[in-house]
Amino acid sequence: MQQIIFFFIRNKNFLFFIVLFTISIALTIQTHNYHNAKFVSSANFFTGSIYNFRNNITDYFSLEKENKKLLEENVMLRKKVANFQKTIKPKKLDSSIISAKYEYFTARVINNNYSKTKNHLTLDIGKKDSLKIDLGVISSKGIIGIVSDVSENYSTVQSILNTQSRINAKHKISGHFGSLKWDTKDPNVVQLVDIPRLAKLKKGDTIITGGRSTIFPEGVLIGAVKDFHLDADDNYYFVNVALFNDMTSLEHVYLIENKDAKEILELEKAVNDEE
Amino acid sequence: MMKNNDIFINSVRFIFLIFLQVFLLNNINLFGYINPYLYLFFILMFPLDGSKGLLIFLGFLLGLSIDIFEDSGGVHAAACAFIAYIRPVVLKYSFGVSYQYNSVKIKKADIMERFTYISSLVLMHHLILFSLEIFSFKHMLLLLKSTLFSGIFTIILVFCTMILFTKKSS
Repeated sequence: MQQIIFFFIRNKNFLFFIVLFTISIALTIQTHNYHNAKFVSSANFFTGSIYNFRNNITDYFSLEKENKKLLEENVMLRKKVANFQKTIKPKKLDSSIISAKYEYFTARVINNNYSKTKNHLTLDIGKKDSLKIDLGVISSKGIIGIVSDVSENYSTVQSILNTQSRINAKHKISGHFGSLKWDTKDPNVVQLVDIPRLAKLKKGDTIITGGRSTIFPEGVLIGAVKDFHLDADDNYYFVNVALFNDMTSLEHVYLIENKDAKEILELEKAVNDEE
Repeated sequence: MMKNNDIFINSVRFIFLIFLQVFLLNNINLFGYINPYLYLFFILMFPLDGSKGLLIFLGFLLGLSIDIFEDSGGVHAAACAFIAYIRPVVLKYSFGVSYQYNSVKIKKADIMERFTYISSLVLMHHLILFSLEIFSFKHMLLLLKSTLFSGIFTIILVFCTMILFTKKSS
């Protein structure tokens, strides 16, 4: 017994180190499981308010660029509205006709990573703005990521620049589906894999979201084909996609909630259970 | 034992380095991915006569604070706890046994000895940090590149900081 106690006393630093090291490794591994609630996350009150404070200051430096972006978006929206007015002659004006499947929120990015292999963003809205996990995040130019963690006032987003992200995407012209990954090399280029060889790709073609997931609606912009080649088995294309978004400078973003997501997921789950 | 003055300096240094790291140094992204991790300066400069257990705990806390801001799980905490634990060994190996008798001051030691001490701890820290962060053998090259370049950056900054501080105190 005495020996054991002596052993502990003699090696107390080593044992202390082992305990702390194990805790850190556990925390690290936990972040690799996407759906677990995390202990260590910047979506907490303390870090959230500090990041918020910083952004209140630094926001002024990018006002000009943000204004320009908003103007561009306004122009685009105006064009769309004008097109609609031309093509669709409203038969009856009734608000219930307008599909309210998707709800939009706006948020401000208060922290943004893009130089690591698993990047996250922090937004300044949270549970109290009725935000939930798994909402899609986009900007006026294209997709950004998916909400991964929500606290009372803040939330974190798993960026598309994260080796764990898989997003359903398709080639706009041919409609062939694939999934979007990131190889960590360039924060403005992502990879689209599993596009069948049948698809006729061309440099500069637009890639949009596929609408097969409950997170993003169909047709949100992603990027343009930069280059492509067949993979090892010669059956699928491996496509480098240049993002429309500049992931290194994000200020204001939109979040999309699919109101039918719960229903769809439940239905799909029921089918899976039956099998 | 640590003097009151040491406790004060180290507490201020601890908090200041966290904020410097989170607000400024993590956003440098030189060539897209290179960031210096100057916050290690706290562990490197921790008083030689301070308790080893305390240093391991403070190192862990320092790393964890950075992790909370960075959303990176526990990668900084693990790397910091490791170098805090291994520090006495590296001290002995770079300054000789005499450091134990309190005759060595890190700031005033021979430049080669200082370089060995700082670069071994920094590179060990970066290697653990990046291997945990990247967490796959597929990106071996990225891991080595990040460790080397960020390491060089950190070592240069640590030296600059040290020079600035010694001038003030002498």
